[in-house]
Amino acid sequence: MAARREARPASFYPLAAVLGLFVLFLYGPMITIFVLSFQGPEGGLTFPMRGVSLHWFAQLWQGLGVVDIAGAFRRSVALGLTVMALTVLLSLGAGLAFRKRFPGSTLLFYTAVASLIMPSIVVSLGIGLQFRLIDDTVKAALGALGLQALADSYSGAMGIFSSALGAHLSWTLPFGLLIMLAVFNRFDPAFEEAAADLGASPWQRLRFVVLPLIAPSLVGVGMFGFTLSWDEIARTSQAIGDLNTLPLELQGLTATVTTPAIYALGTVTTVVSFVVIGATLLALKVTRRRAADRARPSG
Amino acid sequence: MTRERGGIAAWLQAAPYALVLVMFLVVPLVLVVVVSFWHATDYDLIPAFSVQNYLDAFSGCASTTELCVTFKTYLSTLQFCLLVWAITLAIGFAVAYFLAFHVRSVGTQTLLFIVCTVPFWTSNVIRMISWIPLLGRNGLINEALRGIGLIHAPIEWLLFSDFSVVLAFVHLYTMFMIVPIFNSMMRIDRALIEAARDAGASGWQTVWNVVLPLSRTGIVIGSIFVVTIVMGDFVTIGVMGGQQIASVGKIIQVQTSYLQFPAAAANAVMLLIVTLLMIFGLTRLVDLRKEL
Repeated sequence: MAARREARPASFYPLAAVLGLFVLFLYGPMITIFVLSFQGPEGGLTFPMRGVSLHWFAQLWQGLGVVDIAGAFRRSVALGLTVMALTVLLSLGAGLAFRKRFPGSTLLFYTAVASLIMPSIVVSLGIGLQFRLIDDTVKAALGALGLQALADSYSGAMGIFSSALGAHLSWTLPFGLLIMLAVFNRFDPAFEEAAADLGASPWQRLRFVVLPLIAPSLVGVGMFGFTLSWDEIARTSQAIGDLNTLPLELQGLTATVTTPAIYALGTVTTVVSFVVIGATLLALKVTRRRAADRARPSG
Repeated sequence: MTRERGGIAAWLQAAPYALVLVMFLVVPLVLVVVVSFWHATDYDLIPAFSVQNYLDAFSGCASTTELCVTFKTYLSTLQFCLLVWAITLAIGFAVAYFLAFHVRSVGTQTLLFIVCTVPFWTSNVIRMISWIPLLGRNGLINEALRGIGLIHAPIEWLLFSDFSVVLAFVHLYTMFMIVPIFNSMMRIDRALIEAARDAGASGWQTVWNVVLPLSRTGIVIGSIFVVTIVMGDFVTIGVMGGQQIASVGKIIQVQTSYLQFPAAAANAVMLLIVTLLMIFGLTRLVDLRKEL
């Protein structure tokens, strides 16, 4: 490392300036709306601040016009948690499978990559069409069976936990698999072999050797799952039923709400993201410390 | 781990994952292609095999005097794409280069990286509307310029314009460039840089002839992300363009909202073809599987 102790090259300073400006560019607008969400009751969408208050948060809580923010918030949290759990489970399964090179693995890999880079509007339209056709089929089938009353009351299969869940998974699963592949590429099989030599069953090797070692990555996959779902608009847009998720409501509100209440909503959703990620990082730290404690020789 | 033992168990482990992708990616895409050849009335989709939807999309495109709507929209979307790609690549490369080669301690590197990532945790729509108090007619920039007497009337093209759309894209998606390029740069053997310098290469020559070619993978991956996002976008262009700027994604969205599914599907197929061609061009440069 001695060679690195030399003076900084001339390019250091302009590049440092680029990074500084970039960071300012990233944070400036966010800080602005954070500050403006505490605008006084008389204030508007821009500076100056007319006093400091929680007025717009209160407004938000009462609902903006016809939009049920609290309901959308609950739906988005529930959907995000479901997406998180499924992303972790399914990606783990697929990641384990990819260690063994099964027939069709290349096809599955490229399908996942395709899902990642497919324009979201196309996927969304496809899922929307799929559920529309399902609805048509169900109604026709009920009609043919003479259950007309049932067919009339059938409201459609599209919803938060059907089409929207699928749309979100098509977005989060590729990230999950890529992370798992990267993890297992760097995974030392010697631990498992040692466990096998000591007589551990495949299940025991998974439960007591592999899972503890990759736990931090699984937490990361879960965090990715939740935050991607929490923000998702493009894939959900055409594949949602009557009830919207929070980001979709938010997108609609940008056109209609002209008060700082929308900044308050921005601040609230940002705080949720930060809490989730903060909790994840904390969980990672705890698991890592536990692992370190366990690794330390007791004698 | 022998191949035979892996067979059934691996299949079962991958099956749920594969099933979800089939249900929510493969089948929907097949349906988009199929329905693009169908007819529709106001209420019903009618199975058919007709290229009418494609003909409709290109109606007027035979004219040599004026561009038809479809070509115009693609041209404008491609323009955004190119502009955003060039800017994000320039910023992304500079920032990644600084983080990878100039920041000397891993601790500082991680810290700066987190600093760059944190805004990414905020919802995209929030990050878009956060430009309003800055760029608006009575926003900070106009007020400041007026305050120092540089302008007398507010500048109108700052918000809800092509400018604000590009700005928002760069704001939202530069991270997609930084992360893969940084990743590639961290794998470059530092001895190669020293060798270049010992051989008498100037700083620029080293960057151009050593670092740039070796970061190719990262650049390609970042470019694929940015290109596909911008090509299919309708949210950013909608919000930042004040719902006034056309884009390919927006055409599809509007047609869907009027329940013109076959027409939307035909546009989606064309968008897909254009995007895949662009990605294909980019992937010719790199083998993705090797890089994980």
